[in-house]
Amino acid sequence: MPHNQPLFLARRSYRRRRMMDAVRLLPAFGAVLLMLPLLWQPADTPEPDTAHGLVYLFAVWLVLIVAALSLSRGLAPALLAPEEPVSPGTEADAGGEGGAG
Amino acid sequence: MPFNILVAVSLLYVVVLFGVAFVAERRARGGLAGWLRSPLVYTLSLSIYCTAWTFYGAVGYAARSGLEFLTIYLGPTLVFVGWWWVLRKLVRIGRAQRVTSIADLISSRYGKSNFLGVLVTLMAVLASTPYIALQLQSVTLSFGVFASDTPEGWALPDQGATALWLAAGLTLFTILFGTRNLDANERHHGIVMAIAVEAVVKLVALLAVGIFVVWGVAGGVADVLARIDASAISDWNLKPGRWAGLTFVSAAAILTLPRMFQVMVVENADERHVATASWAFPLYLMLMSLFVVPIAVVGLEIMPAGSNPDLFVLTIPLSAGAGKLALLAFLGGFSSATSMVIVAAIALATMVSNHIVTPLWLALRVGSARAPGDVRGIVLMSRRLSIGAVLALGYTYYHLSGGSAALAAIGLISFVGAAQVLPAMIGGIYWRGATHVGAAMGLITGFGIWLYCLFLPSFGADGLISTQVMAEGPFGIGWLRPQALFGIVGLDPLLHALFWSILLNTATFLIGSLASFPGPMERLQGVAFVNIFDQSSGPGGWVKSAAEAEDLLSMSQRILGPEEAQRFFQAQAAAQGKLGFLPDPTPDFIARLERQLAGSVGAATSHAMIAQLSGGATVSVQDLIAVAGEAQQIKEYSAQLEAKSDELARTARALREANDKLTDLSVQKDAFLSQISHELRTPMTSIRAFSEILMEVDLPDEMRTKYAGIIHDETRRLTRLLDDLLDLSVLENRRVQSNIGVANLHDLLSKAVTSASNTRPDRAFVVQRDAASEHMPVFTDTDRLLQVFINIVSNARKYCDAERAVLRIEVKKRGRIVEIDFIDNGSGIPKKSQALIFEKFARLTDTSHAGGAGLGLAICREIMANLGGSIDYLPGQGGAAFRVRLPLKRAS
Amino acid sequence: MRDKHIVLIEDEPNIAEAIRFILSREGVRVTHHASGAGALAMLQAERPDVLVLDLMLPDRSGLEILAELRAAPAFAALPVLMLTARGQNRDREAAERAGASAFLAKPFANADLLAVVRELARGGA
Repeated sequence: MPHNQPLFLARRSYRRRRMMDAVRLLPAFGAVLLMLPLLWQPADTPEPDTAHGLVYLFAVWLVLIVAALSLSRGLAPALLAPEEPVSPGTEADAGGEGGAG
Repeated sequence: MPFNILVAVSLLYVVVLFGVAFVAERRARGGLAGWLRSPLVYTLSLSIYCTAWTFYGAVGYAARSGLEFLTIYLGPTLVFVGWWWVLRKLVRIGRAQRVTSIADLISSRYGKSNFLGVLVTLMAVLASTPYIALQLQSVTLSFGVFASDTPEGWALPDQGATALWLAAGLTLFTILFGTRNLDANERHHGIVMAIAVEAVVKLVALLAVGIFVVWGVAGGVADVLARIDASAISDWNLKPGRWAGLTFVSAAAILTLPRMFQVMVVENADERHVATASWAFPLYLMLMSLFVVPIAVVGLEIMPAGSNPDLFVLTIPLSAGAGKLALLAFLGGFSSATSMVIVAAIALATMVSNHIVTPLWLALRVGSARAPGDVRGIVLMSRRLSIGAVLALGYTYYHLSGGSAALAAIGLISFVGAAQVLPAMIGGIYWRGATHVGAAMGLITGFGIWLYCLFLPSFGADGLISTQVMAEGPFGIGWLRPQALFGIVGLDPLLHALFWSILLNTATFLIGSLASFPGPMERLQGVAFVNIFDQSSGPGGWVKSAAEAEDLLSMSQRILGPEEAQRFFQAQAAAQGKLGFLPDPTPDFIARLERQLAGSVGAATSHAMIAQLSGGATVSVQDLIAVAGEAQQIKEYSAQLEAKSDELARTARALREANDKLTDLSVQKDAFLSQISHELRTPMTSIRAFSEILMEVDLPDEMRTKYAGIIHDETRRLTRLLDDLLDLSVLENRRVQSNIGVANLHDLLSKAVTSASNTRPDRAFVVQRDAASEHMPVFTDTDRLLQVFINIVSNARKYCDAERAVLRIEVKKRGRIVEIDFIDNGSGIPKKSQALIFEKFARLTDTSHAGGAGLGLAICREIMANLGGSIDYLPGQGGAAFRVRLPLKRAS
Repeated sequence: MRDKHIVLIEDEPNIAEAIRFILSREGVRVTHHASGAGALAMLQAERPDVLVLDLMLPDRSGLEILAELRAAPAFAALPVLMLTARGQNRDREAAERAGASAFLAKPFANADLLAVVRELARGGA
């Protein structure tokens, strides 16, 4: 953990950290869901279910897009602004595990 | 649809694109980039990922292999939703290091190794050429569709000619907008804007065809889903290996394809655009894929058996009589093909020109120093030639392969080729241990396997690799069979090549890196790439547990400046006997570095920074307080300095002046006392000597009278001197009692001339006056004024050295001031003495015939000051000249 | 003191008159010069036994003349009486440094002047 990062982050920065965690996990989550077809043999199923598979894949796709959309909204500003530590005037109840990500 | 209309529409579309590019370029130059550089445009420009291969080929792919085509879009989706990992870092590095291409990225990371640049460039050209050919082919084919399927029944004149015209037109467009200028950032506003427009066109076209198919031909969503399950597609064979492998390779390709790197990293105007693209680009991909399966299913259903599913996007609307929709679809396909070719040509040309042509040209030009402008011209020219060459290669490939079926698979083959850069790229940005030896080994290995196992066999049986080699291996070595390396048979050829190339590529990259030692430049670049975020978030972001020389150098460069830091490090390395390398971080070296840094940032800061890097010591609270204190002091000090330096300069000037004045005064006081002493003692000497003579001896009467006379004269001289001193003292203290009266100036001057005639009465002395001008009343202390006049006239009588001395008195009235000039015809006063004459005892010549103590002019000056006027020496009047200025009425 | 030759360089005519009277009365031949200009050449011609020199002359300082004399071998031993009207210790020291044989501050007692000149004339004879 870098020494110079503040120990206690302001609520906004803390939230941002957790969003970074989420955005890092998102592709792994997506990869697992999209690898489901590995367990699937559409040619051998008694009933044709390609349409269902198609709907499933597009649904996962859409979920990923929506998740990425909501995370990018929160993270785009973080690309420029530095993190702010808790200052005396702000709430300090955001927790003390800054930098866990 | 008549061929001419089709051509006319295509041309019109191209003209519109030219216009868009031109306007965008103009606006960008005028500093009006604004919305041209919005996240939306960035996302749309990424759509060059969807080439004609997507636009036409995805439907064919789906018709043949079911849902497998989706992997090509799911891979990039994962990369984009996971943008925080790789994309963000790539873009930051690209911007920070001014990376111009993927070859430049690799070359730059591994110590600016041009060998790696050339290697990646060659690989990229080789992998992209068939892909460009594929685009030319798709456009040509789409022309052909209109030719054969229309009632008008025209035949496509010549496929080769169409492709040639297309290649030529694209070359022209790319050169026009791709090499207008040499931008340090390699950004092309016009082209990016044109691509964004094309992205919209192809998306709208594909969506329109899809909507037409689902709601026009079929009976809505439910019907389509039912049709899917009923169709042959439903029985597609999902090969898990291919599913995973293709997802991986497409994810890799979106990072490593030269054209994708160009739009994603090089053309990126703002890092925040990546955040938007993280969801918007997957959305674009999803929309592009949405109707692929329906179109394929419906196409298979309604089109005659044996028709090419790759062209369903065109043929379904055509057969349904929707000519305009077909035209739109044609434009969509045209857009997909052209945008890919344009960007690929720019990206490849940049690489070829930067890593091959320009270095070669410079190497050949060694010795003949030429102006930088010349080099610019050469670079631009080599860009243009490279663009032409890339498109010529594409066309040649298309021409030679004759539009063979081999092209259909070239998309994936190209992807696998591009993916070979992945280990070197990811290793380079995450692992500081990656070396250029490892990168070169990995790239060569992976690329060699790709060539041997995938690219060359793709030319078909007896194409570039003979059937015999394919079946038995080179020289009959079985385990080297291109599609069964190490004797493992039965793998899908693509997966086989992908598996072995990426595996061995990564392995050799790792082994090579671990076994080799990086040069100083490489280590520096390694730090810069891997720690890109730490570096830009300010000092102190060092995460390493132990100090490494490059960390220290990198930090020192920021503090001391690159040159100074490098000089210091080189000197230290030389001292350690490691000339040309970085010094080892010995305690001795670190201590010296700390002292060096302390000179710039303060000792506590320096210590804290070093401590952080060397890891052994933790930074204590005291350290931090000291750092903060230093920083505060420095901040305050510099602020104060700025404010004070002016004040200090002023104070120093004032002090210097005051000191000069004091020194002057002291010297003057000494001189004055010395002068007084001299002036008093001289007459007293005569008086004492003669009075003793008179007391002692008997003298003849005449001598006694003479000596008594001398004593008398000297006593008067003494008295006069004392009077003058007293006078001066009173005048200088401005305690003079003014005795204001009125007098005629003429009368005053006459009185002065008369009085002064006592001085050297023996001399012939002419005074020239103009009585008319002199008659005026003056209200002032007339006695004092008379004293001044007498003094001036006496001086003239005393000192005028002309044979026939003449004094001219001129009176002029200037407003409320009267000026009285006294000008004689002597030799005047030397320039260097002019400033002194008004000082006390400033007698310029000997006293013998002057008879005064040298206080006269000093007294005059004081008097005139008291009377509210002045007396000055007038230079350049032929003789000595004094000007008395007097207000007509003394303000009292 | 008889037949001695004394050169006096003094710009104040009255002082020169007094000194000339005092010394002539003792039978000394006194030559007076009002300025220091060409002093060396003049002394070369006059060959005096004693030189009485005023410190402050209008054209050049007596100290300068003295330094010049001491530099010339012919006058290195010439007894010189320095007169000054400023009478400060600084002047006395400067005169001694320049090589004056004796020093008198103005105003002086006639007897002192006589005594000093007599002393110098004897030593230099």
